[in-house]
Amino acid sequence: MIRVQQQDFDPAEEYRALRDSGSGTGAIATFTGLVRDSGDMKGVTGLFLEHYPGMTEQVIEGLVNEASQRWDVREARVIHRVGLLALAEQIVFVGVCSAHRGDAFAACEFIMDALKTSAPFWKKEITSDSEHWVEQKAADLDRSQSWE
Amino acid sequence: MAGDNTITVKFFARLREELDTATLNVDARPGLTAGQLLHELAARGGNWTQLDGAQPVMIAVNQVMTKPDRELQPGDEVAFFPPVTGG
Repeated sequence: MIRVQQQDFDPAEEYRALRDSGSGTGAIATFTGLVRDSGDMKGVTGLFLEHYPGMTEQVIEGLVNEASQRWDVREARVIHRVGLLALAEQIVFVGVCSAHRGDAFAACEFIMDALKTSAPFWKKEITSDSEHWVEQKAADLDRSQSWE
Repeated sequence: MAGDNTITVKFFARLREELDTATLNVDARPGLTAGQLLHELAARGGNWTQLDGAQPVMIAVNQVMTKPDRELQPGDEVAFFPPVTGG
C-alpha cells in the first residue's frame, strides 16, 4: 500500500493495518519522519514538499518490490505527504511486517534510504524570512548505495 | 496533452521555479536525445543556461529515470529536475 497525500496520517492505524494484514507476521518495524527545525538552514518553520505524480508512486512500488525480493516482506505500507508542512509534522511513514525482526528492520530501513535518493520528491525549507530548496546530501547517497 | 509529433517537457522544484515553467511542448525529430534537448533549452539564455551543466539535472522519460543519450520519441514525456530530497 503506497499513498502520496497532503493530509496527515495516524501511525497507530497503519500499525493496525499491518498487524491485521495476514498470517505469518511475527515482527513489525515502522519508521516515521518529521519536520525538524534545522536542515540546510536554521530556524526552519516549515517545509514545502513537491512530487512528480505518477512517477513517485511507481518508484516507491519498485522499492517495495525490491525489498520483497531481498527479505521476507509480508506487507509494506508507505505514506509520504506533500504540500505545506509545519514544524514537527509527520512527513513520511514506512511500515513493514515480516516473520522475523531482522527482515522487518532491514526492509524498512532499505525502503526509507532508497526512497530518499530515488523517489521524486523535493523539499523546500521555509524560515520566517526566506525559503530554500534543500540540496541532496552525500550522506544520503552513501546510505542508499550501501544497500547495493 | 502532447499531439502526434510533440514531446511534453516537465520541470520540477527549483528548476520549475527558476525557469518559471512547469510544462512545455517541443517538436519531436528523429535522433533527438534528452541531452540534446537539454542543451537546446539552455541556449534560450538567462536562467535556462543552468541546464547546461552548471547544476546537476536528473532526467526521466515516461516517468523512468534515464541517461542523456536516451532518444526521444513523439508522444514522450520527458522531465528535468534537481536531485531528489524527499523522506
